[in-house]
Amino acid sequence: MTDTLTTPLPPLPTSAGTPATLSARNVGAWFGDHQVLEGVDLEMKAGQVTALIGPSGCGKSTFLRILNRMHELVPGASLSGEVLIDGDDIYAPTMPPIESRRRIGMVFQKANPFPTMSIHDNVLSGLKLAGKGFGKGRAAEAGDLVEHSLRSAGLWDEVRNRLGAPGGSLSGGQQQRLCIARALAVSPDVLLMDEPCSALDPTSTRRVEETIAAIAHEVTVVIVTHNMQQAQRVSDRCAFFLAAENQPGHIVEQGSTADIFENPRDERTSDYVNGRFG
Amino acid sequence: MSTNLPAPGRIRTGGLNPDQLFHLGSAVAGSFALTWMLFERILPVTSPLGFAVSWYALFLTMYAVISATTLDRVGVVDRVVGALVATAGAVLVAVLAGIVVFITIRGKGALAHTNFYTDTLALVGPDDGLTKGGIYSAMIGTFEQVALAILISVPVGIATAVYLNEVGGRLARTVRTVVHAMSAIPTIVAGLFIYAMFIIGFDLPHWLPLLGDRVSLPRSGFAASLALSVSMIPVVITTAEVVLRLVPNGLREASLALGTSRWQTVKGVVLPTARPGLITAVLLGIARVIGETSPVLLVAGYTNALNYDPFHGPQVSLPLFVFNLARQPFDVAIARAFGAAVVLLVLVVIFFATARILGGRAPGQVSARKQRRLSARLARRQLVEGNLL
Ligand SMILES: Nc1ncnc2c1ncn2[C@@H]1O[C@H](COP(=O)(O)OP(=O)(O)OP(=O)(O)O)[C@@H](O)[C@H]1O
Ligand SMILES: [Mg+2]
Repeated sequence: MTDTLTTPLPPLPTSAGTPATLSARNVGAWFGDHQVLEGVDLEMKAGQVTALIGPSGCGKSTFLRILNRMHELVPGASLSGEVLIDGDDIYAPTMPPIESRRRIGMVFQKANPFPTMSIHDNVLSGLKLAGKGFGKGRAAEAGDLVEHSLRSAGLWDEVRNRLGAPGGSLSGGQQQRLCIARALAVSPDVLLMDEPCSALDPTSTRRVEETIAAIAHEVTVVIVTHNMQQAQRVSDRCAFFLAAENQPGHIVEQGSTADIFENPRDERTSDYVNGRFG
Repeated sequence: MSTNLPAPGRIRTGGLNPDQLFHLGSAVAGSFALTWMLFERILPVTSPLGFAVSWYALFLTMYAVISATTLDRVGVVDRVVGALVATAGAVLVAVLAGIVVFITIRGKGALAHTNFYTDTLALVGPDDGLTKGGIYSAMIGTFEQVALAILISVPVGIATAVYLNEVGGRLARTVRTVVHAMSAIPTIVAGLFIYAMFIIGFDLPHWLPLLGDRVSLPRSGFAASLALSVSMIPVVITTAEVVLRLVPNGLREASLALGTSRWQTVKGVVLPTARPGLITAVLLGIARVIGETSPVLLVAGYTNALNYDPFHGPQVSLPLFVFNLARQPFDVAIARAFGAAVVLLVLVVIFFATARILGGRAPGQVSARKQRRLSARLARRQLVEGNLL
């Protein structure tokens, strides 16, 4: 088998995304009156992989969803602070949420390919749904984009002969990589991943991790994970979140992955990364 | 089998055991004998209904008493309640089967002739037999009125369901209450509403010059379909709303996270995923109104002639045909009414069965046919691509 990740990719038919720097400034979040995040400052540098770690319920998913304006879809949810993408506030009134979400893609914990679409159409769904699909005469370009995205997600060799099969006919790990391909096809500048491997077997997990490594140069990645080894393997920087009894979630410590794991400054960080709590 | 061992007998865990069967049999026989004695020898009255009720009451008592010889109190109560519930189920099935069998027997004479399905009553006199005349005009009327009702109710119903489920908010709760109230409106009131509103009509204010100065419809198939829509819309809304709620939220979020608008998500993801269920919603709506008589009664008019035009002139439909002919004092007319009732029943059963089959599928599940279509579409596209290269 040829290594899919080192095969040269065909040139991208659409303008490729350029990795962007995302910075959160003093972010707070509420569900109703219940505050779940407070004073979160975090810079996610362009072209790097940032891992968010922390015990369950400390607000990692909430923070991630704030980064692409998905948080506001929950009834009663509200937030404070700023999120800047290359210096532009994504919550500025002049910035349409649709545009922010297109530039900042997301992969969910549970793989969710569109069940009524083929594998091929799933990859193109972002463009098609937004009415920017390729017309009849541009099938070749569409084919190139599908191949490029599926190769980036490390799925091409497994599905190249059954692109017409429904998205739901793939295994769980394949479905998750299909979702990554789908997110990559709209050429986002940032890709958010919320525990993308938590439902996957070790082999699929490894494939997804390889995928992350391969796409890191074309898109900024922010990944939530409960797997310390995974955080160490894939990320350049790490942020440790914690919530306490009467204290909303906040960042206890952030820095390069090596520092967080090898010489953490905070005792709680060292306890957590060494599996002593959480 | 190569082994010499006998296949192990399976232990029967369900059903009636011999003991229970014996108790049941003796209770049935004993209570029958006692009731017969009562009604034939002792009491001065005979009444079939009294007989049945006394027999059943005596049966329950005896069944309890006999069971008490081997069972404790809990066991006896269990058996008696079991018998009661089983009776309820059996009575229901018997009543339904009775209706179908009775109608079919009465309508058999009419159903046997092909002219019944292809002819109308236009030139048929009271002396003509079943070899003349038929329900063709009524079938056309039902078909056109229901089709028009679908054209009105489905867009309105599905749009409202989308509003309730995908937009929501405080107003949605009010709308939902109104929809529930609407589904409780007696259909005759729906008919009256259309009658008062459109047949009698109303004056338009003079500052609306383009529409003329008075709204007034003739009695027609279209007026009937309006009345049917009043009943159909709430059914479509309620069912479609449930179906839309079954679409996993993850799919909506996945679509929105790709940078699509809410409407694009509804159109491209939510509605296609829910499609089998939405078809069920429509079929249930059809099944609900196809047999309605009262809303149609006031507004469709009645004619024996064939009228293809639902917008002008009276138009008969199957339920109206049944209603009118069943009241006529001729055996032939009554046979025709029963024949039309059978056709109506068969239509309703077809719609419900189709709804069950389509609705049994989970939202978004891709049928074998759809899978083939997806592959074929892609193959065609790749062919085009191959030609281009
Ligand atoms: N829809 C919601 N409504 C109300 N409260 C919520 C909602 N979603 C999350 N929360 C609360 O917000 C807090 C943070 O939740 P969040 O999902 O961000 O945690 P998490 O760090 O992602 O946890 P996990 O690792 O288990 O996924 C939790 O206390 C949770 O109970
Ligand atoms: Mg989470």
